[in-house]
Amino acid sequence: MDLKDLYRDVILDHNRQPRNFGHLDTPDGRADGHNPLCGDQLSVFVRLAGERLEDIRFEGKGCAISTASASLMTEAVKGKDRAAIRDLFERVHTLLTRADAPPDMTLGKLAALSGVREFPARVKCASLCWHTLNAALEHGSATISTE
Amino acid sequence: MAANPAPTSAAYDVERVRRDFPILNTTVNGHPLVYLDSAASSQRPLQVLRAVEDYETHSHANVHRGVHALSQAATAAYEGARERVRRFINAGSTREIIFTRGTTEAINLVAQAWARNRLGPGDEILITALEHHANIVPWQMVCEQTGCTLKVAPINRRGELEFDAFAKLLGPRTRLVAVAHVSNALGTILPVERIIAAAHAAGALVLIDGAQAIPHARVDVRALGADFYTFSGHKLYGPTGIGVLYGREELLTAMPPWQGGGDMILTVSFEKTTYNALPWKFEAGTPNMSGAVGLAAAMDYVETLGIEAIAAHETHLLELATAALTRIPGIELIGTAAHKAAVLSFTMQGVHAHDLGTILDSQGVAVRTGHHCAMPVMTFFGVPATARASFGCYNTEGEVAALVSALGKAREVFG
Repeated sequence: MDLKDLYRDVILDHNRQPRNFGHLDTPDGRADGHNPLCGDQLSVFVRLAGERLEDIRFEGKGCAISTASASLMTEAVKGKDRAAIRDLFERVHTLLTRADAPPDMTLGKLAALSGVREFPARVKCASLCWHTLNAALEHGSATISTE
Repeated sequence: MAANPAPTSAAYDVERVRRDFPILNTTVNGHPLVYLDSAASSQRPLQVLRAVEDYETHSHANVHRGVHALSQAATAAYEGARERVRRFINAGSTREIIFTRGTTEAINLVAQAWARNRLGPGDEILITALEHHANIVPWQMVCEQTGCTLKVAPINRRGELEFDAFAKLLGPRTRLVAVAHVSNALGTILPVERIIAAAHAAGALVLIDGAQAIPHARVDVRALGADFYTFSGHKLYGPTGIGVLYGREELLTAMPPWQGGGDMILTVSFEKTTYNALPWKFEAGTPNMSGAVGLAAAMDYVETLGIEAIAAHETHLLELATAALTRIPGIELIGTAAHKAAVLSFTMQGVHAHDLGTILDSQGVAVRTGHHCAMPVMTFFGVPATARASFGCYNTEGEVAALVSALGKAREVFG
Protein backbone atom coordinates (compact mmCIF):
# COMPACT_ATOMS: atom_id res chain seq x y z
CA MET A 1 0.00 0.00 0.00
CA ASP A 2 1.16 3.46 -0.83
CA LEU A 3 0.36 6.36 1.46
CA LYS A 4 0.46 8.72 -1.51
CA ASP A 5 -2.56 6.88 -2.96
CA LEU A 6 -4.52 7.66 0.19
CA TYR A 7 -3.28 11.11 1.07
CA ARG A 8 -3.34 12.73 -2.37
CA ASP A 9 -2.78 16.46 -2.64
CA VAL A 10 -6.50 17.06 -3.28
CA ILE A 11 -7.35 15.24 -0.05
CA LEU A 12 -4.75 17.09 2.00
CA ASP A 13 -5.91 20.41 0.53
CA HIS A 14 -9.58 19.77 1.32
CA ASN A 15 -8.63 18.61 4.82
CA ARG A 16 -6.66 21.77 5.47
CA GLN A 17 -9.26 24.07 3.90
CA PRO A 18 -12.63 22.34 3.82
CA ARG A 19 -15.10 23.93 1.38
CA ASN A 20 -18.68 24.75 2.39
CA PHE A 21 -17.69 24.37 6.03
CA GLY A 22 -20.19 25.75 8.56
CA HIS A 23 -23.93 25.56 9.01
CA LEU A 24 -27.13 26.86 7.40
CA ASP A 25 -29.39 28.92 9.67
CA THR A 26 -32.70 27.61 8.34
CA PRO A 27 -31.96 24.33 6.59
CA ASP A 28 -34.65 22.21 4.98
CA GLY A 29 -32.84 19.15 6.25
CA ARG A 30 -30.04 18.32 8.65
CA ALA A 31 -28.49 15.09 9.82
CA ASP A 32 -25.70 14.14 12.21
CA GLY A 33 -23.25 11.37 11.43
CA HIS A 34 -21.07 9.58 13.95
CA ASN A 35 -18.33 7.02 13.67
CA PRO A 36 -17.96 5.73 17.22
CA LEU A 37 -14.82 3.75 16.37
CA CYS A 38 -12.69 6.83 15.78
CA GLY A 39 -14.86 9.61 17.16
CA ASP A 40 -15.59 11.28 13.80
CA GLN A 41 -18.65 13.50 14.04
CA LEU A 42 -20.19 15.62 11.33
CA SER A 43 -23.42 17.44 10.59
CA VAL A 44 -24.77 18.07 7.10
CA PHE A 45 -27.22 20.94 6.37
CA VAL A 46 -29.19 21.15 3.12
CA ARG A 47 -31.44 23.76 1.47
CA LEU A 48 -33.70 22.56 -1.31
CA ALA A 49 -35.48 24.28 -4.17
CA GLY A 50 -37.96 21.61 -5.22
CA GLU A 51 -35.90 18.56 -6.12
CA ARG A 52 -32.73 20.59 -6.49
CA LEU A 53 -30.11 20.91 -3.74
CA GLU A 54 -29.65 24.64 -3.65
CA ASP A 55 -27.13 24.89 -0.84
CA ILE A 56 -25.18 22.57 1.45
CA ARG A 57 -22.84 23.02 4.40
CA PHE A 58 -21.14 20.64 6.78
CA GLU A 59 -19.36 20.97 10.09
CA GLY A 60 -17.77 18.64 12.56
CA LYS A 61 -14.51 17.01 13.60
CA GLY A 62 -12.87 14.11 11.91
CA CYS A 63 -9.81 12.62 10.30
CA ALA A 64 -8.40 13.90 7.01
CA ILE A 65 -10.29 11.33 4.97
CA SER A 66 -13.67 12.11 6.50
CA THR A 67 -13.16 15.89 6.35
CA ALA A 68 -11.86 15.88 2.76
CA SER A 69 -14.55 13.48 1.63
CA ALA A 70 -17.26 15.72 3.08
CA SER A 71 -15.72 18.81 1.53
CA LEU A 72 -15.43 17.17 -1.91
CA MET A 73 -18.97 15.87 -1.58
CA THR A 74 -20.45 19.32 -0.94
CA GLU A 75 -18.76 20.68 -4.05
CA ALA A 76 -19.94 17.77 -6.15
CA VAL A 77 -23.61 17.75 -5.10
CA LYS A 78 -24.41 21.45 -4.87
CA GLY A 79 -26.91 22.40 -7.58
CA LYS A 80 -27.77 18.79 -8.47
CA ASP A 81 -31.21 17.26 -8.10
CA ARG A 82 -31.97 14.33 -5.80
CA ALA A 83 -31.84 11.70 -8.54
CA ALA A 84 -28.43 12.85 -9.72
CA ILE A 85 -27.16 12.86 -6.10
CA ARG A 86 -28.44 9.31 -5.55
CA ASP A 87 -26.66 8.23 -8.73
CA LEU A 88 -23.45 9.93 -7.60
CA PHE A 89 -23.71 8.26 -4.16
CA GLU A 90 -23.88 4.86 -5.89
CA ARG A 91 -20.83 5.59 -7.99
CA VAL A 92 -18.81 6.90 -5.03
CA HIS A 93 -19.76 3.79 -3.08
CA THR A 94 -18.48 1.63 -5.91
CA LEU A 95 -15.29 3.69 -6.05
CA LEU A 96 -14.70 3.20 -2.31
CA THR A 97 -15.45 -0.48 -2.05
CA ARG A 98 -14.87 -2.26 -5.38
CA ALA A 99 -11.23 -2.98 -6.10
CA ASP A 100 -12.14 -4.09 -9.65
CA ALA A 101 -14.19 -0.99 -10.48
CA PRO A 102 -13.12 0.53 -13.81
CA PRO A 103 -12.06 4.18 -13.61
CA ASP A 104 -15.14 6.41 -13.57
CA MET A 105 -14.19 9.49 -15.58
CA THR A 106 -17.34 11.36 -14.57
CA LEU A 107 -16.40 11.58 -10.88
CA GLY A 108 -14.02 14.49 -11.28
CA LYS A 109 -12.21 15.43 -8.08
CA LEU A 110 -14.09 12.74 -6.13
CA ALA A 111 -11.88 10.22 -7.92
CA ALA A 112 -9.12 11.32 -5.52
CA LEU A 113 -10.83 9.06 -2.95
CA SER A 114 -10.06 5.90 -4.94
CA GLY A 115 -7.01 5.17 -2.76
CA VAL A 116 -9.29 4.60 0.24
CA ARG A 117 -10.32 1.15 -0.97
CA GLU A 118 -6.79 -0.12 -0.33
CA PHE A 119 -7.33 0.75 3.34
CA PRO A 120 -10.46 -1.15 4.41
CA ALA A 121 -10.36 0.32 7.92
CA ARG A 122 -10.83 3.76 6.40
CA VAL A 123 -13.76 3.22 4.02
CA LYS A 124 -16.23 4.25 6.71
CA CYS A 125 -14.38 7.53 7.18
CA ALA A 126 -14.97 8.42 3.53
CA SER A 127 -18.56 7.21 3.33
CA LEU A 128 -19.87 8.74 6.59
CA CYS A 129 -20.66 12.12 4.96
CA TRP A 130 -22.57 10.47 2.12
CA HIS A 131 -24.76 8.46 4.46
CA THR A 132 -25.35 11.60 6.50
CA LEU A 133 -26.31 13.62 3.40
CA ASN A 134 -28.65 10.81 2.39
CA ALA A 135 -30.34 10.98 5.81
CA ALA A 136 -30.67 14.77 5.58
CA LEU A 137 -32.27 14.50 2.13
CA GLU A 138 -34.52 11.54 2.86
CA HIS A 139 -35.70 12.21 6.37
CA GLY A 140 -35.24 15.91 6.93
CA SER A 141 -33.41 15.22 10.18
CA ALA A 142 -31.75 12.15 11.57
CA THR A 143 -28.73 10.78 13.38
CA ILE A 144 -26.81 8.02 11.70
CA SER A 145 -23.91 5.89 12.84
CA THR A 146 -21.36 3.82 10.96
CA GLU A 147 -21.83 1.00 13.47
CA MET B 1 6.41 -0.27 37.57
CA ALA B 2 8.22 2.89 38.45
CA ALA B 3 8.12 2.15 42.15
CA ASN B 4 10.51 -0.76 41.75
CA PRO B 5 14.24 -0.10 41.56
CA ALA B 6 15.41 -0.76 38.02
CA PRO B 7 17.83 -3.63 37.51
CA THR B 8 20.35 -2.84 34.79
CA SER B 9 18.73 -3.24 31.39
CA ALA B 10 21.81 -5.19 30.29
CA ALA B 11 20.66 -8.07 32.50
CA TYR B 12 17.41 -8.28 30.53
CA ASP B 13 17.97 -10.08 27.22
CA VAL B 14 15.16 -8.73 25.09
CA GLU B 15 16.39 -10.46 21.92
CA ARG B 16 16.09 -13.77 23.69
CA VAL B 17 12.58 -12.87 24.86
CA ARG B 18 11.60 -11.97 21.28
CA ARG B 19 12.54 -15.45 20.08
CA ASP B 20 9.65 -16.76 22.20
CA PHE B 21 7.14 -14.68 20.19
CA PRO B 22 7.10 -15.91 16.58
CA ILE B 23 4.45 -13.35 15.56
CA LEU B 24 7.02 -10.61 16.05
CA ASN B 25 8.73 -11.84 12.85
CA THR B 26 5.71 -10.69 10.84
CA THR B 27 6.29 -8.21 8.03
CA VAL B 28 3.68 -5.45 7.76
CA ASN B 29 3.51 -3.36 4.59
CA GLY B 30 7.09 -4.25 3.77
CA HIS B 31 8.39 -3.31 7.19
CA PRO B 32 9.21 -5.48 10.20
CA LEU B 33 6.28 -5.41 12.62
CA VAL B 34 6.76 -2.98 15.49
CA TYR B 35 4.06 -4.06 17.92
CA LEU B 36 3.24 -1.22 20.29
CA ASP B 37 -0.29 -2.25 21.18
CA SER B 38 0.19 -4.62 24.11
CA ALA B 39 -2.16 -2.58 26.29
CA ALA B 40 -4.96 -3.63 23.93
CA SER B 41 -3.78 -7.24 23.76
CA SER B 42 -0.33 -8.66 24.27
CA GLN B 43 1.16 -11.37 22.05
CA ARG B 44 1.61 -14.93 23.32
CA PRO B 45 4.92 -16.72 23.70
CA LEU B 46 5.55 -20.24 22.39
CA GLN B 47 5.37 -21.49 25.97
CA VAL B 48 1.70 -20.45 26.12
CA LEU B 49 0.87 -21.65 22.61
CA ARG B 50 2.44 -25.03 23.38
CA ALA B 51 0.68 -25.40 26.73
CA VAL B 52 -2.67 -24.83 25.03
CA GLU B 53 -1.79 -27.20 22.20
CA ASP B 54 -0.61 -29.81 24.68
CA TYR B 55 -3.85 -29.57 26.62
CA GLU B 56 -5.95 -29.83 23.45
CA THR B 57 -3.84 -32.68 22.10
CA HIS B 58 -3.56 -34.82 25.20
CA SER B 59 -5.89 -33.78 28.01
CA HIS B 60 -9.18 -32.41 26.75
CA ALA B 61 -12.56 -33.61 27.99
CA ASN B 62 -15.19 -31.88 30.09
CA VAL B 63 -14.20 -31.02 33.65
CA HIS B 64 -15.78 -32.09 36.95
CA ARG B 65 -18.00 -34.61 35.19
CA GLY B 66 -16.51 -37.94 34.23
CA VAL B 67 -14.64 -40.67 35.99
CA HIS B 68 -12.79 -41.40 32.78
CA ALA B 69 -9.12 -40.63 32.40
CA LEU B 70 -9.37 -37.61 30.11
CA SER B 71 -12.00 -35.90 32.24
CA GLN B 72 -9.75 -36.33 35.23
CA ALA B 73 -6.78 -34.98 33.27
CA ALA B 74 -8.80 -31.96 32.14
CA THR B 75 -10.03 -31.33 35.68
CA ALA B 76 -6.49 -31.57 37.02
CA ALA B 77 -5.25 -29.13 34.37
CA TYR B 78 -8.07 -26.67 34.99
CA GLU B 79 -7.87 -26.78 38.77
CA GLY B 80 -4.09 -26.72 38.56
CA ALA B 81 -4.39 -23.48 36.62
CA ARG B 82 -6.56 -22.06 39.38
CA GLU B 83 -3.86 -22.88 41.94
CA ARG B 84 -1.30 -21.20 39.64
CA VAL B 85 -3.41 -18.04 39.58
CA ARG B 86 -3.79 -18.15 43.37
CA ARG B 87 -0.01 -18.20 43.80
CA PHE B 88 0.50 -15.47 41.18
CA ILE B 89 -1.62 -12.96 43.10
CA ASN B 90 -1.02 -14.52 46.53
CA ALA B 91 -4.67 -15.16 47.31
CA GLY B 92 -5.40 -17.16 50.47
CA SER B 93 -7.36 -19.90 48.76
CA THR B 94 -8.39 -21.21 45.34
CA ARG B 95 -11.97 -20.69 46.56
CA GLU B 96 -11.29 -17.01 45.98
CA ILE B 97 -10.29 -17.44 42.31
CA ILE B 98 -13.22 -17.33 39.89
CA PHE B 99 -12.47 -17.85 36.23
CA THR B 100 -14.36 -15.46 33.93
CA ARG B 101 -14.18 -14.47 30.26
CA GLY B 102 -12.12 -11.46 31.21
CA THR B 103 -12.01 -8.32 33.31
CA THR B 104 -15.31 -7.06 31.89
CA GLU B 105 -17.18 -10.18 32.92
CA ALA B 106 -15.51 -10.17 36.34
CA ILE B 107 -16.69 -6.60 37.02
CA ASN B 108 -20.18 -7.41 35.76
CA LEU B 109 -20.27 -10.43 38.07
CA VAL B 110 -19.61 -8.24 41.11
CA ALA B 111 -22.09 -5.63 39.84
CA GLN B 112 -24.89 -8.16 39.46
CA ALA B 113 -24.16 -10.67 42.24
CA TRP B 114 -22.98 -8.21 44.90
CA ALA B 115 -24.06 -4.63 44.17
CA ARG B 116 -27.47 -5.35 42.67
CA ASN B 117 -28.51 -7.39 45.70
CA ARG B 118 -27.22 -5.01 48.33
CA LEU B 119 -27.55 -1.44 47.12
CA GLY B 120 -30.55 0.82 46.93
CA PRO B 121 -31.56 4.48 46.86
CA GLY B 122 -29.18 6.59 48.94
CA ASP B 123 -26.25 4.23 48.43
CA GLU B 124 -23.27 5.39 46.37
CA ILE B 125 -20.68 3.75 44.14
CA LEU B 126 -17.51 5.80 43.69
CA ILE B 127 -15.33 5.52 40.58
CA THR B 128 -12.75 7.87 39.04
CA ALA B 129 -12.75 10.00 35.91
CA LEU B 130 -10.14 7.82 34.21
CA GLU B 131 -11.98 4.51 34.17
CA HIS B 132 -12.36 2.23 31.17
CA HIS B 133 -15.96 1.82 30.01
CA ALA B 134 -15.92 -1.66 31.60
CA ASN B 135 -15.60 -0.01 35.01
CA ILE B 136 -18.30 2.60 34.31
CA VAL B 137 -21.17 0.96 32.45
CA PRO B 138 -21.76 -2.06 34.77
CA TRP B 139 -22.20 0.40 37.68
CA GLN B 140 -24.53 2.63 35.66
CA MET B 141 -26.63 -0.47 35.02
CA VAL B 142 -26.69 -1.24 38.76
CA CYS B 143 -27.74 2.35 39.46
CA GLU B 144 -30.65 1.94 37.04
CA GLN B 145 -31.60 -1.37 38.63
CA THR B 146 -31.37 -0.33 42.28
CA GLY B 147 -31.69 3.45 42.43
CA CYS B 148 -28.20 3.89 43.88
CA THR B 149 -25.96 6.75 42.70
CA LEU B 150 -22.68 6.81 40.78
CA LYS B 151 -20.07 9.33 41.94
CA VAL B 152 -16.97 10.21 39.96
CA ALA B 153 -13.72 11.42 41.54
CA PRO B 154 -11.89 13.97 39.35
CA ILE B 155 -8.44 13.81 37.74
CA ASN B 156 -6.01 16.66 37.05
CA ARG B 157 -4.44 17.75 33.75
CA ARG B 158 -1.60 15.28 34.19
CA GLY B 159 -4.14 12.48 34.38
CA GLU B 160 -3.64 11.82 38.10
CA LEU B 161 -6.42 11.18 40.58
CA GLU B 162 -7.20 14.23 42.73
CA PHE B 163 -6.86 12.30 45.94
CA ASP B 164 -8.25 14.96 48.27
CA ALA B 165 -11.36 15.34 46.12
CA PHE B 166 -11.65 11.56 46.03
CA ALA B 167 -11.43 11.38 49.83
CA LYS B 168 -14.10 14.08 50.17
CA LEU B 169 -16.48 12.03 48.03
CA LEU B 170 -16.10 9.09 50.41
CA GLY B 171 -18.77 9.00 53.06
CA PRO B 172 -21.18 6.82 54.97
CA ARG B 173 -23.27 6.38 51.81
CA THR B 174 -20.30 5.02 49.85
CA ARG B 175 -20.75 1.27 49.62
CA LEU B 176 -18.25 0.44 46.90
CA VAL B 177 -15.17 2.08 45.41
CA ALA B 178 -14.30 0.73 41.95
CA VAL B 179 -11.03 2.00 40.45
CA ALA B 180 -8.44 1.08 37.87
CA HIS B 181 -5.03 0.06 39.16
CA VAL B 182 -3.50 1.49 35.96
CA SER B 183 -5.32 3.68 33.43
CA ASN B 184 -5.48 2.09 30.00
CA ALA B 185 -5.80 5.42 28.17
CA LEU B 186 -3.21 7.42 30.13
CA GLY B 187 -0.89 4.92 31.81
CA THR B 188 -1.42 6.54 35.23
CA ILE B 189 -0.67 4.22 38.15
CA LEU B 190 -3.26 4.90 40.82
CA PRO B 191 -2.34 4.93 44.54
CA VAL B 192 -4.48 1.87 45.22
CA GLU B 193 -3.01 1.28 48.68
CA ARG B 194 -4.13 4.75 49.83
CA ILE B 195 -7.46 4.35 48.02
CA ILE B 196 -8.16 1.04 49.74
CA ALA B 197 -7.18 2.37 53.17
CA ALA B 198 -9.40 5.43 52.79
CA ALA B 199 -12.33 3.43 51.41
CA HIS B 200 -12.12 0.83 54.18
CA ALA B 201 -11.94 3.59 56.79
CA ALA B 202 -15.22 4.90 55.34
CA GLY B 203 -16.74 1.42 55.49
CA ALA B 204 -16.79 0.83 51.72
CA LEU B 205 -15.61 -2.20 49.80
CA VAL B 206 -13.06 -1.84 46.99
CA LEU B 207 -12.94 -3.41 43.55
CA ILE B 208 -9.73 -2.95 41.56
CA ASP B 209 -9.75 -3.17 37.77
CA GLY B 210 -6.29 -4.66 37.37
CA ALA B 211 -6.40 -5.34 33.61
CA GLN B 212 -3.57 -2.91 32.84
CA ALA B 213 -1.60 -3.49 36.05
CA ILE B 214 -1.21 -7.25 36.07
CA PRO B 215 1.37 -7.38 33.21
CA HIS B 216 3.53 -4.66 34.78
CA ALA B 217 3.47 -5.10 38.55
CA ARG B 218 3.57 -7.77 41.20
CA VAL B 219 0.05 -7.90 42.56
CA ASP B 220 -0.40 -9.32 46.06
CA VAL B 221 -4.11 -9.16 46.79
CA ARG B 222 -3.66 -9.91 50.47
CA ALA B 223 -1.00 -7.23 50.98
CA LEU B 224 -3.20 -4.78 49.06
CA GLY B 225 -6.28 -5.70 51.04
CA ALA B 226 -8.49 -5.46 47.95
CA ASP B 227 -11.97 -6.91 48.36
CA PHE B 228 -12.23 -7.70 44.64
CA TYR B 229 -9.44 -7.71 42.06
CA THR B 230 -10.09 -8.36 38.36
CA PHE B 231 -7.87 -8.97 35.33
CA SER B 232 -7.68 -10.57 31.89
CA GLY B 233 -5.39 -13.26 30.52
CA HIS B 234 -4.78 -11.69 27.13
CA LYS B 235 -3.01 -8.63 28.51
CA LEU B 236 -0.64 -10.91 30.44
CA TYR B 237 0.68 -12.83 27.39
CA GLY B 238 -2.11 -15.40 27.82
CA PRO B 239 -5.13 -16.32 25.70
CA THR B 240 -8.28 -14.29 25.13
CA GLY B 241 -11.56 -15.39 26.69
CA ILE B 242 -10.08 -16.10 30.11
CA GLY B 243 -9.90 -13.73 33.06
CA VAL B 244 -10.06 -13.76 36.81
CA LEU B 245 -12.20 -12.40 39.58
CA TYR B 246 -10.47 -12.54 42.92
CA GLY B 247 -12.86 -11.93 45.79
CA ARG B 248 -12.45 -12.31 49.53
CA GLU B 249 -13.95 -15.61 50.51
CA GLU B 250 -16.47 -14.28 53.04
CA LEU B 251 -17.83 -11.85 50.42
CA LEU B 252 -18.09 -14.50 47.70
CA THR B 253 -19.71 -16.93 50.12
CA ALA B 254 -22.44 -14.42 50.97
CA MET B 255 -23.12 -13.59 47.31
CA PRO B 256 -25.81 -15.48 45.38
CA PRO B 257 -24.83 -17.09 42.09
CA TRP B 258 -24.88 -14.86 39.02
CA GLN B 259 -25.62 -17.28 36.21
CA GLY B 260 -27.39 -20.60 36.59
CA GLY B 261 -26.58 -23.82 34.82
CA GLY B 262 -24.36 -26.85 34.98
CA ASP B 263 -21.31 -27.04 37.23
CA MET B 264 -22.63 -24.36 39.63
CA ILE B 265 -25.09 -26.71 41.35
CA LEU B 266 -24.93 -29.55 43.87
CA THR B 267 -28.43 -30.90 43.40
CA VAL B 268 -31.29 -29.92 41.15
CA SER B 269 -34.93 -30.85 41.46
CA PHE B 270 -37.94 -28.95 40.18
CA GLU B 271 -38.72 -27.95 43.76
CA LYS B 272 -35.28 -26.84 44.92
CA THR B 273 -31.74 -26.45 43.69
CA THR B 274 -28.73 -26.27 45.94
CA TYR B 275 -25.65 -24.43 44.77
CA ASN B 276 -22.12 -25.65 44.50
CA ALA B 277 -19.34 -24.44 46.78
CA LEU B 278 -16.83 -21.75 45.88
CA PRO B 279 -15.40 -21.14 43.36
CA TRP B 280 -17.67 -23.23 41.12
CA LYS B 281 -20.82 -21.47 42.34
CA PHE B 282 -19.85 -18.65 39.97
CA GLU B 283 -18.78 -20.79 37.02
CA ALA B 284 -21.98 -21.94 35.34
CA GLY B 285 -21.53 -24.02 32.21
CA THR B 286 -18.46 -25.65 30.72
CA PRO B 287 -15.57 -23.28 31.40
CA ASN B 288 -12.69 -22.21 29.17
CA MET B 289 -10.26 -24.96 30.18
CA SER B 290 -7.63 -24.39 27.51
CA GLY B 291 -7.76 -20.67 28.28
CA ALA B 292 -7.08 -21.34 31.95
CA VAL B 293 -4.19 -23.65 31.05
CA GLY B 294 -2.79 -20.95 28.74
CA LEU B 295 -3.14 -18.31 31.45
CA ALA B 296 -1.26 -20.52 33.92
CA ALA B 297 1.52 -20.98 31.34
CA ALA B 298 1.62 -17.21 30.82
CA MET B 299 2.08 -16.72 34.56
CA ASP B 300 4.92 -19.26 34.55
CA TYR B 301 6.47 -17.36 31.66
CA VAL B 302 6.19 -13.97 33.33
CA GLU B 303 7.67 -15.31 36.55
CA THR B 304 10.55 -16.87 34.64
CA LEU B 305 11.42 -13.48 33.15
CA GLY B 306 10.63 -11.79 36.47
CA ILE B 307 7.86 -9.21 36.64
CA GLU B 308 10.21 -6.65 38.19
CA ALA B 309 12.69 -7.15 35.35
CA ILE B 310 9.90 -6.77 32.77
CA ALA B 311 8.66 -3.63 34.51
CA ALA B 312 12.14 -2.13 34.63
CA HIS B 313 12.66 -2.84 30.94
CA GLU B 314 9.32 -1.26 30.03
CA THR B 315 9.96 1.76 32.25
CA HIS B 316 13.26 2.27 30.44
CA LEU B 317 11.45 2.20 27.07
CA LEU B 318 8.72 4.52 28.37
CA GLU B 319 11.32 7.06 29.53
CA LEU B 320 13.16 6.81 26.21
CA ALA B 321 9.96 7.24 24.18
CA THR B 322 8.67 10.06 26.39
CA ALA B 323 11.91 11.98 25.95
CA ALA B 324 11.94 11.35 22.18
CA LEU B 325 8.32 12.34 21.60
CA THR B 326 8.68 15.44 23.76
CA ARG B 327 11.33 16.66 21.29
CA ILE B 328 9.01 16.31 18.26
CA PRO B 329 7.26 19.62 17.47
CA GLY B 330 3.47 19.34 17.47
CA ILE B 331 3.31 16.22 19.61
CA GLU B 332 1.33 16.55 22.80
CA LEU B 333 1.48 13.82 25.40
CA ILE B 334 -1.90 13.05 26.96
CA GLY B 335 -1.30 11.66 30.43
CA THR B 336 1.87 12.84 32.13
CA ALA B 337 1.41 11.42 35.61
CA ALA B 338 4.44 11.14 37.87
CA HIS B 339 3.82 7.40 38.19
CA LYS B 340 3.05 5.69 34.91
CA ALA B 341 3.05 2.23 33.39
CA ALA B 342 4.32 1.64 29.86
CA VAL B 343 1.59 3.55 28.01
CA LEU B 344 2.16 6.68 25.94
CA SER B 345 -0.95 8.46 24.66
CA PHE B 346 -0.41 11.42 22.34
CA THR B 347 -1.79 13.66 19.63
CA MET B 348 0.00 15.31 16.70
CA GLN B 349 -1.05 18.82 15.76
CA GLY B 350 -2.83 18.92 12.41
CA VAL B 351 -2.99 15.14 12.10
CA HIS B 352 -6.04 13.29 13.38
CA ALA B 353 -5.23 10.19 15.45
CA HIS B 354 -6.93 8.00 12.86
CA ASP B 355 -4.69 9.30 10.07
CA LEU B 356 -1.71 8.88 12.35
CA GLY B 357 -2.67 5.24 12.93
CA THR B 358 -2.83 4.56 9.19
CA ILE B 359 0.51 6.25 8.49
CA LEU B 360 2.26 4.43 11.34
CA ASP B 361 0.78 1.15 10.10
CA SER B 362 2.17 1.84 6.62
CA GLN B 363 5.57 1.86 8.34
CA GLY B 364 4.84 -1.39 10.19
CA VAL B 365 4.18 0.33 13.52
CA ALA B 366 1.04 -0.94 15.30
CA VAL B 367 -0.46 1.53 17.78
CA ARG B 368 -3.99 1.91 19.07
CA THR B 369 -5.92 4.96 17.88
CA GLY B 370 -9.31 6.11 19.09
CA HIS B 371 -10.93 6.75 22.43
CA HIS B 372 -9.53 3.61 24.08
CA CYS B 373 -12.91 2.71 25.57
CA ALA B 374 -12.50 5.74 27.82
CA MET B 375 -14.60 8.41 26.16
CA PRO B 376 -14.93 10.52 29.34
CA VAL B 377 -11.11 10.73 29.46
CA MET B 378 -11.04 12.02 25.85
CA THR B 379 -13.73 14.58 26.70
CA PHE B 380 -11.74 15.72 29.75
CA PHE B 381 -8.66 16.40 27.63
CA GLY B 382 -10.75 17.93 24.83
CA VAL B 383 -9.56 15.52 22.13
CA PRO B 384 -11.71 13.22 19.99
CA ALA B 385 -9.07 10.51 20.04
CA THR B 386 -5.41 9.85 20.73
CA ALA B 387 -2.76 7.54 19.41
CA ARG B 388 -1.43 5.20 22.08
CA ALA B 389 1.85 3.34 22.05
CA SER B 390 2.17 0.72 24.76
CA PHE B 391 5.16 -1.45 25.59
CA GLY B 392 5.50 -5.07 26.60
CA CYS B 393 8.27 -7.43 27.63
CA TYR B 394 9.39 -7.89 23.99
CA ASN B 395 9.74 -4.29 22.82
CA THR B 396 13.13 -2.77 22.07
CA GLU B 397 14.92 0.56 21.95
CA GLY B 398 15.05 0.11 18.18
CA GLU B 399 11.26 -0.01 18.11
CA VAL B 400 11.08 3.30 19.97
CA ALA B 401 13.30 4.70 17.21
CA ALA B 402 10.98 3.17 14.57
CA LEU B 403 8.01 4.91 16.20
CA VAL B 404 9.83 8.24 16.13
CA SER B 405 10.79 7.75 12.49
CA ALA B 406 7.21 6.79 11.53
CA LEU B 407 5.95 9.96 13.23
CA GLY B 408 8.39 11.85 11.02
CA LYS B 409 6.70 10.20 8.03
CA ALA B 410 3.33 11.49 9.26
CA ARG B 411 4.69 15.01 9.42
CA GLU B 412 6.12 14.57 5.93
CA VAL B 413 2.73 13.48 4.52
CA PHE B 414 0.71 16.19 6.25
CA GLY B 415 3.30 18.93 6.03
